[in-house]
Amino acid sequence: MSVQTSRRQFLVGSGALAIGFTLAGPATSAAAAAAASNGLVRVEAVGAPANTTQSWLVLTKKGITVYSGKVELGTGVQTALAQMVVEELRLGVADVDWVQGDTLLSVSQGGTTGSKSIQNGGIQLQQAAATAFQELSHRAAAHFKVTPDQLVAQDGRFSLATRSGHSSGHTVTYKDLLKSGVTVLPLDQTVPLMAANKYVVVGTNVPRVDLPAKMDATFRFLHDVTVPGMLHGRVVRPTGRNSTQPVISNLDRAKAIEGFVDVVQHDRFIGVVATSEWAASVAASPKSGISVSWTTGPKMIAQADLPAAVRDPANHYRSVVEIDDGVAPILATADQVLNSQYFSPFHMHGGMGASTAVADVRRAPDPATGIQATIWSGTQNVTALAGAIAPLLGLAPAAVRVIYVEASGCYGHNGADDCAADAAVLSQAVGKPVRVQWTRQDEHAWEPLGGAQAHDMQGAVGPDGIIAWSHLNYAPTANSRPVDGTPGTLLAGTLMGKLPAPLPSSSVDSSGRNAPVTYDFPQRVEARLLKSFVTTGPTSAAPASPLTYLIPRTTALRSLGGFSNSFANESFFDELAHAGGHDPLELRIASLPDPRAVAVCEALRDVWRTRPPGGDGTGAGVAFHQYEVVNAYVATYAEVRVDPDTGKVTVTRVVVAHDCGLIVNPDGLRNQIEGNVVQGVGRTLKEEVFYTDDRVTSVAWQTSSFNPGPQYEVLRFNEVPAIETILINHTDKPPLGAGEPAIGTIGGAIGNAIFAAIGKRIRTLPFTPDRVKAALTG
Amino acid sequence: MASRKILLNGKRVAAEYQAIGSGDSETSEALLYWLRERFGQQGPRFGCGVSQCGACTVLLDDVPIRSCTRQLHTVDDNAEIRTLDGLSGKRPHPLQREFVELQAGQCAFCANGMIMGSLGWIEGRITAGNHEVPSEAEIEDFLSGATPNGQGNYICRCGTHTRIVAAIRSAAKEMVR
Repeated sequence: MSVQTSRRQFLVGSGALAIGFTLAGPATSAAAAAAASNGLVRVEAVGAPANTTQSWLVLTKKGITVYSGKVELGTGVQTALAQMVVEELRLGVADVDWVQGDTLLSVSQGGTTGSKSIQNGGIQLQQAAATAFQELSHRAAAHFKVTPDQLVAQDGRFSLATRSGHSSGHTVTYKDLLKSGVTVLPLDQTVPLMAANKYVVVGTNVPRVDLPAKMDATFRFLHDVTVPGMLHGRVVRPTGRNSTQPVISNLDRAKAIEGFVDVVQHDRFIGVVATSEWAASVAASPKSGISVSWTTGPKMIAQADLPAAVRDPANHYRSVVEIDDGVAPILATADQVLNSQYFSPFHMHGGMGASTAVADVRRAPDPATGIQATIWSGTQNVTALAGAIAPLLGLAPAAVRVIYVEASGCYGHNGADDCAADAAVLSQAVGKPVRVQWTRQDEHAWEPLGGAQAHDMQGAVGPDGIIAWSHLNYAPTANSRPVDGTPGTLLAGTLMGKLPAPLPSSSVDSSGRNAPVTYDFPQRVEARLLKSFVTTGPTSAAPASPLTYLIPRTTALRSLGGFSNSFANESFFDELAHAGGHDPLELRIASLPDPRAVAVCEALRDVWRTRPPGGDGTGAGVAFHQYEVVNAYVATYAEVRVDPDTGKVTVTRVVVAHDCGLIVNPDGLRNQIEGNVVQGVGRTLKEEVFYTDDRVTSVAWQTSSFNPGPQYEVLRFNEVPAIETILINHTDKPPLGAGEPAIGTIGGAIGNAIFAAIGKRIRTLPFTPDRVKAALTG
Repeated sequence: MASRKILLNGKRVAAEYQAIGSGDSETSEALLYWLRERFGQQGPRFGCGVSQCGACTVLLDDVPIRSCTRQLHTVDDNAEIRTLDGLSGKRPHPLQREFVELQAGQCAFCANGMIMGSLGWIEGRITAGNHEVPSEAEIEDFLSGATPNGQGNYICRCGTHTRIVAAIRSAAKEMVR
């Protein structure tokens, strides 16, 4: 395996930011990789054991290596995080080496989730860099026999400051200072960070460090990882979600395939291993290899029944009142009260690349490191994955090393972790490294999904605006991420008879994200939590054995409940505004107490005032939300054209006003917002998982003779609107995540624009031609 | 085992391929797997395996094809195959350069398809005597599989569409000269 090294300009400054990927592969043994993290200045976790192999930051005479627990998921965060690190080290634009998401080498920063890599992870890395910088400045002070405050640092050099604060010309390089000895430091939270007004790298459009290699095919994606002696595996899934008692036949036919190695079965987990991917695919195909017959299991709730079933108390395990400002008396007595029901379907992540993993599970642990299983995965959380896989393999957690390698964009918890477990189980069974690449049908049918949600909205409006608001949110929770010590959180684990973790006790950080609004009127928010599987009692959150799914497995998909909740909230806000005779944008501005929230809405005033008049098949709408109620602020304007004959909605223009505090990389931020818009438009107009009471039936991107019936359609190039972004930068505020705040505003803005265009309120996603046509003629 | 010799990015190469059955019932290794496993090509990527996303696109005798469903026994000996891996000369191809210049990627797993697909499409237009720079709408339709004789839809899931279209148009201005 090649280790890509970039041209190094470490400690020299003035170069383009480049990152050397020191991806630890089999060529580098675990022991060697751990030894390589010894450095001249090394920052490790507070309270780390003396023999820890995990670091935050290591400086050697050869270069600087950042050990990031937050990983690059294809969002450009690696570039932005590197900007923050080199800034704090006063390196100017400089090169760094980058190790990300390695349970052996990097300090755990939790999952790379929830748009927190800059907001939380970046601050931690800055603090690590500041810790290292303080050590360097102490060394420089000793070198010049002065105090640190008499020094200035720039581009990897310290200089004696003149009285005016400028460099005197006497300099010493970091490289020279590093020669003076070895220092290992715990990350020091008390070291002050650089003042934002001194930034020279943060806030600039540093180009993405990864894109050149991605465009000339020298970038190594997870899908390109190979290890010596590696075999290829395919998993043969049950026909239905609850199918049981598999019977394998045609084994001889599979055995006759050149390159066939083995069939592995553990209860309902069945896999085929071969020497090439093609041979594995042929051996796993019922047309040419093994055939597996299954007994149909208990029925799930069918898709068509879900809008009613999700509201049925018999299917809830819990009901949680999250906010109640005492709205009942107001709603009971108000003159104008509206009630509306909203619904959005299951959505999938649908990563471009099918989930892939390579696992090398040995018969015995490595004597030097104790590691017995090494897994290369695109997981969002190497630590949790290692903790969930270890008991599945019967190993201690410390014996499992998970190494993150970038896969295609995931937009949340997709099939990456499940695929890693597949590879690990197969590798353990055959005693050789195994690569598993899911088929598209595996991905579409079995990846954990973003949950469907239903919303009962009630609100009262008067001449001065909205006076009371109630949101009753019915939804499954996001509950399928790998959990340390719980192998049943992995798909392979459930197929092997392990039970998943109990369902969460609230909708917070799950389907309840952005269920509350940040307007100043009184509100009530209640969550009714839908059972994902049969539990041990009416109000029990614990899975009954054997596991019986009631709905497809649900998990975190970009913004979690934020997409559906804000669709319902912002559509209903529009309904109340129109009912009360208020301008929808001005009523939002008048109802928002936070000046930053007001500012993003006001940023849309010009475009709003020149919007199409509506009523003639074209129209415009706005929506606002503050991500997670306390993070980035987003206001979105959308224009649509509705074809009166077909009902087809075309989104022609989207303008997003966005405030995520300090902007680290403006162009990277715009790229993320544009992605939110496109994916949001797709989820609003087209995307929907189709399933029966037995299985997911949308298993490809479009309908074909092989996959008849509706499939999982995503937005096409000629359906993408013109996108404009208005960035509001606050250099004096902390940076907030931007990976998913904007997507939540898209459904509401489009729904409101459709209302303006045709005078019909459509409350169920997606806004397909059939649904819009029905509204037009209804 | 049968074998195939091709011209891969200008070099003559040969390798065996796996197949079962014969005649009309013959099934053989997908060109995608063959290029990746036997020749280490990383540009063409497995996205869907059913010719619906474009991530596996390569040029076969200058025509963009979906290598995930193209079986080796249907590829002629001496066929010329071009992949993203071989696109750069001493300098990046204009398409590669403009994709970087306009930051037309997020995860960029799909970029192979857009680059190789539009490469074949634009070169094909030029060969047919059309030196017009394609409009944004033409590029969007090509990438949506809406062009007559087009090669199907190209999917980008991150939502980098507007930048990708701008990058292709910018590169096309140079390519048609």
